[in-house]
Amino acid sequence: MTAQQIIFLIVAVVTLGSALMVVISRNLVHAALWLISTLFGVAIIYALLNAGFLAVVQVVVYIGAIAILFIFAVMLTRKDQLEGGLQLNNGWWLGALIALLTFGGLLGMLQSWSGFSKVSADIPAGYDTVNQLGNALTSPAGFVLPFEVASVLLLAALVGAVYLAFNRK
Amino acid sequence: MIPLSWYLILSAGLFSVGLFGVLARKNAIAILLGVELMLNAVNINLVAFWRYGDVSLMAGQVFAIIVFAVAAAEVAVGLALVISVYRRRNTVIADEIDLLKW
Amino acid sequence: MNFWNDPLKIAADWLSGILTGWGMPALAAGVLVAFIGTLLLITLLMVMDIFLVWLERKVVARFQDRLGPNRLGPWGLVQPFADIVKLLIKEDTTPEGADRVVFNLAPMLSMMSVLILWAIVPLAPVILGVDLNVGLLYIVAAGAIGTLSIIMAGWSSNNKFATIGAFRQVAVMVSFEIPMVAMLLIPTIFSKTMGMNGIVQAQNTWFVILSPLGALIFLIAAIAELGRAPFDMAEGESELVSGYNIEYSGMKFGMFYAGELLHALTFGGFWAILFFGGYRFFGLEKVSPFLAVVIFLAKALVGYWVIMWVKYTMMRIRIDHMLAFNWKFLTPLSFVLLMVTALMNVLLAGTGWIYPVGMFLSNILVAWIALEIVRTAGRRQREKLEAPKVAAEAHH
Repeated sequence: MTAQQIIFLIVAVVTLGSALMVVISRNLVHAALWLISTLFGVAIIYALLNAGFLAVVQVVVYIGAIAILFIFAVMLTRKDQLEGGLQLNNGWWLGALIALLTFGGLLGMLQSWSGFSKVSADIPAGYDTVNQLGNALTSPAGFVLPFEVASVLLLAALVGAVYLAFNRK
Repeated sequence: MIPLSWYLILSAGLFSVGLFGVLARKNAIAILLGVELMLNAVNINLVAFWRYGDVSLMAGQVFAIIVFAVAAAEVAVGLALVISVYRRRNTVIADEIDLLKW
Repeated sequence: MNFWNDPLKIAADWLSGILTGWGMPALAAGVLVAFIGTLLLITLLMVMDIFLVWLERKVVARFQDRLGPNRLGPWGLVQPFADIVKLLIKEDTTPEGADRVVFNLAPMLSMMSVLILWAIVPLAPVILGVDLNVGLLYIVAAGAIGTLSIIMAGWSSNNKFATIGAFRQVAVMVSFEIPMVAMLLIPTIFSKTMGMNGIVQAQNTWFVILSPLGALIFLIAAIAELGRAPFDMAEGESELVSGYNIEYSGMKFGMFYAGELLHALTFGGFWAILFFGGYRFFGLEKVSPFLAVVIFLAKALVGYWVIMWVKYTMMRIRIDHMLAFNWKFLTPLSFVLLMVTALMNVLLAGTGWIYPVGMFLSNILVAWIALEIVRTAGRRQREKLEAPKVAAEAHH
């Protein structure tokens, strides 16, 4: 068991445990906080995958913005009722069944794939992933068009969210 | 070293947990939390395939960054919708927002 | 290479040599040595934090034309120790109806978000925690954790004033992250790297000369991120009864307070690294790494003094004015500055001494145009408000 494998196992267990707590937690603010723990675990997984830039962007965008949005939304929509009882709806057993079938189906499909147990090739020393990513995102031969379209999408979302939440008096 | 299968199993598990959250929760905001989990699972998958394939093909990471942007946009608009509905109907339970049902 | 040239590596090798001599596997020895190094850094930071408490009280006293603590020890140096003892022996209360776990976790997260920043700070060319090549983004990420801890503190206190204070503070912090990130991109443009050590090494001319407006906007955004006056919405004693701090007493409040001071020193340090040459001082840093550490700490303390100067001179700004200032003035200005800097960087590339002069002048131009726009808008608004008055006067 190399150190990387031990770290991966710990982080994977924490991530999946936090994800389970997100969907089971009775208190919605606790669920948002467990989501933050899950997102942090995912950021560490990105770091293990040598995608350092993505790991930091995950913390900045997901934990620093999206999770805070969730906490704000939860606090703005409380009815001051005591949130007791399970927060699952009536057909929850069907949802659990479908989730289990999905998991089993994904794994079964992947088992039959030849590259399932591939081991990663080493990254050549001095290979600057961030530099390559920047080039890919801004070069016309790369992905500059999806990048610009994503910016327009974010602008549309910004205008839409402000318009929807605007309190016209 | 860590075989690819470990990352794929992790992302499949995370996706299933998110799916359970979407299908089984009452509160609309909790459903959006489940959607976030699913998007993160997809991202782990993309980055794992980038790493275990050809590292010079940046499509994996670029795709993951676009997914970040889309997830942020979707959460912003989704939560604005939920807050707007809460202001009109005073509820966030998904089952009670059924004005258009037959 | 001896101890005086490369202290960290020599010490780490010696220690792990001893540990593997005792039979520990090399990997575990490496992890333990790294852990000991982290512990040492955190201890030194907390000791510096105590010194900062004394410094803060002395400086605020001098600004307010009084002496400050001078009874305990020479020049009041023992005062912060007395403060800490008082905080430690206070009763550890949790308000009834508060969320215990979140309430107790918030001050820890707040302190953690400050301490993890020091992992990437280059104290000397060879003394730094880790040379992360995305160091600038790491700063923003650590700020995000700090924002989270304030929400947790405000919500879990089960107290309306705490919640309002926390929400306002988080709104300010999230809003001012945008000009800060835009200004963090300016040293990136100049030095072509996001790693802190690379940015310091690329400052043959200090970046404050190349981009003074950038340094100024970064300072303003950083002061807002820190939650210090004039942006200290959360601590308005006269408005919000101390905001998210209300229900915290004893050492938990001490962690928030000490964390805030250390955060201010950290951002003084970042201001020094990003715009004032970090540990460099006309070649002195090559003499010895310890001299470089002294130079860096001196610059960080100067930055901290500027932040304190602003705090104790200016009045608190109202929350809607704060947010309007950010969204209507600072964000467009920072984006315009970023674009102008990138443009000038390409236009003036490779032209000897014209480069710094051209950059400096372009900054001054952008600042002048921005101020003219604001003045015109202000004058127009003033005239609109005074027009009925003038008309009423004319009627008499």
